[in-house]
Amino acid sequence: MATVVAVIASTHHPFFYKASTATGENRPPFADEWVRKITAFRETLTRANPDVLVMVGSDHFHQLWLDNMPQFLVGKAPFYDANWYNEEREFGMPRMLLKGDEDLSAHLLRQGIDRGFDLAFSNELRIDHSITCPIITLRPEADLPIVPIYTNIFAPPLPQPKRFVQLGEAVREIVESWPSDLRVAIIGTGHLSLELGGPRQFGPHGPDPEFDRRAVEWIASGDLEGCLSEVTLDSLHAPGNATHGFMDFMLMMGVAGAGAKADYVDSFDLFHTMEAYFTWYPNGAPR
Amino acid sequence: MSKYLVNKFLYTVDRDPELVERYRDDPAGTVEWWEAERANAVLNCHTGEASTWLRFTDEERAALAGHDHVKLFELGAHPFLTLTLFIAMFERDHGPLEYQLAFGARLKHFEMPYPDIAT
Repeated sequence: MATVVAVIASTHHPFFYKASTATGENRPPFADEWVRKITAFRETLTRANPDVLVMVGSDHFHQLWLDNMPQFLVGKAPFYDANWYNEEREFGMPRMLLKGDEDLSAHLLRQGIDRGFDLAFSNELRIDHSITCPIITLRPEADLPIVPIYTNIFAPPLPQPKRFVQLGEAVREIVESWPSDLRVAIIGTGHLSLELGGPRQFGPHGPDPEFDRRAVEWIASGDLEGCLSEVTLDSLHAPGNATHGFMDFMLMMGVAGAGAKADYVDSFDLFHTMEAYFTWYPNGAPR
Repeated sequence: MSKYLVNKFLYTVDRDPELVERYRDDPAGTVEWWEAERANAVLNCHTGEASTWLRFTDEERAALAGHDHVKLFELGAHPFLTLTLFIAMFERDHGPLEYQLAFGARLKHFEMPYPDIAT
C-alpha cells in the first residue's frame, strides 16, 4: 500500500512569488527573512522524498462559480493548467502545467464516495493559487504528479468545520489504502485570521493576532478537540471575514490525526496576515 | 435583492481584461450594456442557452454604476470579488498598498456582524 511520508499544512500567500523574486528597490524589507523561512520549510518536504502530492486548497471563484458550487471536489485529470489572468495581474503569478495522478484520483473518489462523502469531480480543472502557492514554496520544480482536492470555504452555505476534519481523516485512510508502492505527501493550505474587502484588511498584522496564536497552538499540538469545541461557522466571522479558510487547516489536522504533534512548526508575522507552516511525519522523521 | 447577479457582474468583469478597462472608464454604460446583454448568460454552459429572469434592483444598479464599493459591501456583494476588481481598476493610480488601505478605511463604520454575503 501507499505510504504517507509527510503531511503539510501551510498558509498560502500569493505575494510570496513576487516578493521572493523582486530585486533592488522593488524587494520588500521582509523578503529575505520570508525566503529563509520558506527554504527551511521546503526542506521538510524534500527530505520526505515524495512521489505524488495530494493538494488541498480552495478555488477563489476561478473555475467554480455560484451557478454550480461543489462543497468538496476532487480533480481527476492527466494534467492541470494552473493560475489565472487575474492572479497574473494582481500577484504576478506564473502560468504552470502540473501532471495529475488519475489512478490516485479515482481511488480517492471511489473510496470517498463509498465512505459517505458525495464528492464532486472534475476532468478538466485549472487550479489556482491555493494550490500553486505551495507548489512554488515547497516544490518549485513542479515535477511531481498531483491530486487536487478543492473545498468550499468561500461561498456560503459552507460545510461545518467538523466535516472538514472528517474528510481529512478519510483522505489519510484512503491514501493509505491505495494499492501502490508510491510515497505520498498530503499538503493543504488555508488561512489564519484574514480580512479581504472589509474594514480590517491589510493591517500591520493579521486582523486577530490572538486567534492566530491559539490557532497555531491547536495545529502544532494536534488539539482537534479544543479546536472543534471553539470553532464554528459563526465564530469564524469574528477574527476576519475570510477566516473560514482556517477550515482547510482543520482538514489537515484531520489528516495528521487527533493528538498528532507537528514535527516542524514555524510562523512569520507579516502585514495583512500571519504566515504559518507545519509538517508532520507519520512514520517518523526521515533521516 | 439580486446579490447573485451583482456577484456575477463583478466576477465576469474581473476575469476579462477588456471589461476591466471598460468598467473603469465608463461604469454606467458598462453596467447598462452588461445587464442588457450579459446578465442572463448561463456561465459554465455551452452558448446559445440563457436565463430569462435576472435583473438588478435600482439600488444595485446605482451602486455598480457609481463604483460605490461601500454600498456593494452593505448590499452583501462578495467582498473578495469587489476587492479584486477594484484593485485591478484603481491600484494603478496610487502608491503601494495606498488604495487597499483607503478601501478599508471607507468601510470603517461597519461593525460585526458584517452584511450577510450568502447567496
